[in-house]
Amino acid sequence: MAMKPRHRKLALIVLVVATLGVAVALVLNAFNSNLVFFFSPTQVANGEAPTSRAFRIGGLVEEGSIRREADGLTTRFAVTDTAKTMPVIYTGILPDLFKEGKGVVAEGRLGADGLFAATQVLAKHDENYMPPEAASAIEQAQKAQQTVAE
Amino acid sequence: MIPELGHFALIVALLLALIQAILPLYGAQRGNLTLMAVARPAAQGQLLFALIAFICLAWSFLANDFSVLNVARNSFSQLPELYRFTATWGSHEGSLLMWVLILAFWSAAVSVFSRHLPEDMAARVLGVMGLISVGFLAFLLTTSNPFERLLPAAMDGNDLNPLLQDWGMIIHPPMLYMGYVGFAVAFAFAIAALLSGKMDVAWARWSRPWTTVAWAFLTLGIVLGSWWAYRELGWGGWWFWDPTENASFMPWIAGTALMHSLAVTEKRGAFKAWTVLLALVAFSLSLLGTFLVRSGVLSSVHAFATDPARGAFILGFLAVVIGGSLVLYAWRAPKMVTGSGFTWFSRESLLLANNVILIAALGSVLLGTLYPLFMDAMGLGKISVGPPYFNAVFVPLMAPALFLMGVGPLARWKEASLPDMVTRLKWALVVALATGLLLPLTQDGFNAWASLGFFLAAWITLAVAAAFIDRLKHGQGGLLQKLAALPRGFWGMQLAHFGMAVGIAGIAVVANYSSERDVRMEVGSYAELAGYTFTFRGTTMYEGPNYRAARGTVEVSRNGKAVATLHPEKRTYNAAGMGMTEASVHPNFFRDIYVAMGELLDDQGDTWTVRLFYKPFINWLWLGTLFMVVGGFMAAFDKRYRIALRRSEVPKNLAAQGA
Repeated sequence: MAMKPRHRKLALIVLVVATLGVAVALVLNAFNSNLVFFFSPTQVANGEAPTSRAFRIGGLVEEGSIRREADGLTTRFAVTDTAKTMPVIYTGILPDLFKEGKGVVAEGRLGADGLFAATQVLAKHDENYMPPEAASAIEQAQKAQQTVAE
Repeated sequence: MIPELGHFALIVALLLALIQAILPLYGAQRGNLTLMAVARPAAQGQLLFALIAFICLAWSFLANDFSVLNVARNSFSQLPELYRFTATWGSHEGSLLMWVLILAFWSAAVSVFSRHLPEDMAARVLGVMGLISVGFLAFLLTTSNPFERLLPAAMDGNDLNPLLQDWGMIIHPPMLYMGYVGFAVAFAFAIAALLSGKMDVAWARWSRPWTTVAWAFLTLGIVLGSWWAYRELGWGGWWFWDPTENASFMPWIAGTALMHSLAVTEKRGAFKAWTVLLALVAFSLSLLGTFLVRSGVLSSVHAFATDPARGAFILGFLAVVIGGSLVLYAWRAPKMVTGSGFTWFSRESLLLANNVILIAALGSVLLGTLYPLFMDAMGLGKISVGPPYFNAVFVPLMAPALFLMGVGPLARWKEASLPDMVTRLKWALVVALATGLLLPLTQDGFNAWASLGFFLAAWITLAVAAAFIDRLKHGQGGLLQKLAALPRGFWGMQLAHFGMAVGIAGIAVVANYSSERDVRMEVGSYAELAGYTFTFRGTTMYEGPNYRAARGTVEVSRNGKAVATLHPEKRTYNAAGMGMTEASVHPNFFRDIYVAMGELLDDQGDTWTVRLFYKPFINWLWLGTLFMVVGGFMAAFDKRYRIALRRSEVPKNLAAQGA
């Protein structure tokens, strides 16, 4: 018993709508809980960053700020956008291109003490490449400073 | 002189592409056989000149001609010869030249293997490919000339990014581009069909093997990229849902849907309009992927805005190709006649479900990839959409499609019987469910995702076995004779589906039962991971051709028995002083042991941070995808395409008269 074209079209529409419905539900659900927002050290200092969920910060690793703890795996450093600086702690092996004075992006949570506990420090593939988030954080901080000076 | 020769060859190739595009398309509209006949020699000539340009660039790299900007930026005098050659396609300009070369190669292949096509069809297909070629050659010559001179010449080059100095990266781009650009053939067939208004079963039969070959190359390209990332980035991961990865994965999903939809169009004459649309979508996504990776829009939306020449060109090209083909589609598609009907439970309906799910999954990947770019471009803040999003959406969406993979190949066309399918597959279902439920219990702790993966892998494998049993009931002769008599298309499909099952099993294990540790190690100290003991024996310094390296020695043993001695390295490349981690891997059928050096903690070179990985079943992933690639090639070279080729000799003459 072959379907009539009209029925077939109806069945097709039902199938497509059902699948799209499931897809949209999954996407909305996942978007809510898995989007990671980015904040610059200045924004964090102004209290714009959430304390309840993970986010990303970016900027330069401040010169002379890298301290390694005795276990050899825990590292403390500071991320700056040239206006504000924030302390970060990370346990694990850092990427090859993590250096003082170079751009960095870290993902993690902000503690009540203002210390950013990073779960991930992002590696990029090129020596001269600046992570775009870090670059924009510095750019914005410098713009803000200029406005203040004027 | 040589770079200028290359530049000149590119200009000649552009002129030939213009001829290949304009004359045959006009000729096909007018029914002028002389103009149509221009297509083949023009395509072959274009390949010749693209090849000359490519050889000239490769020569500049091999000869260390640092008066060429591209060479000065991407090569280095100490670079080993092999990597100097592969640096040819390591840069933006070089990889676009490779794109052009591969497109010319596909066009020439079509010109040779299209003797059985009606003249007007072949002329239109080659004409459309010529148009694409014109776009890319113009892009290359106006915004990204690979032969641009640098005056005064540089003393030495900046070096090829050390990450690209690996043989996985040597063959990944050519294979990936063979896939990307291969979809241009399917696209050209679709446009040719829309232009001529002749959408028949023969059309699907012609474009099907091309699509399958392109898909197989793309699969290989993506897997090589993943394998490279796994070994070379030192993080032990094989898929990051990074935008550059998604850029190649989206055409793959569309191509997979297209392959299945073409099957319905060829066998049953149904889904014609949908199949044509998918062919347009698959190639549009290939172009989008090229745009995302090549315009610099991923590293910064603003860099794209401040240096608009390249980005604007690709965006404009994208708009013309996608917009133009969709307009043509909207105009012509309603004229297509639908094929014969089918019931709600038939191979057609199952393949339709496969397509709907694949497209929904494609949409979710597209959204996750483009949404951050959109937000950033609108100034709505910077966000990132990471692996948790993709895993939460993609896996549940794909699971039903993977389940249907077991049912589809056994279902009959037009109308399948549900009770009959239940009889044939009930044992497979019982065994697969048992596998899914019981296998995770042998590991520590039950894991729902692993359970789902094992169920699907077992289910698909058993369904493949059931399909073979089904086929072997009929026919004459012994088992081997019967197996040999099965068509290659059948073998190819089953092998690719089985490869998927093997890959799923690998993913299920490696994603849920891997372990890793970052440890601080001194000479003679040891660490335990997953039952293996890793003993650090210190490092020695050595000089590579273009780098210095600290080479560590790590002895791996299990229950006191030596398993392997690994030598991970920490390299510093001479040209830019860039540091690089070179992991060391001991593979076998059931697991990889993977060691990467972290940082040096003292001045003597005795204490290091070291990253240890235990990756069970990871090699099943590569093996499974390899089966898919081989399956794709087998199916594309099925005998019936050659038989169809001989049969269509007669219609060719008729078509020529009618044109």
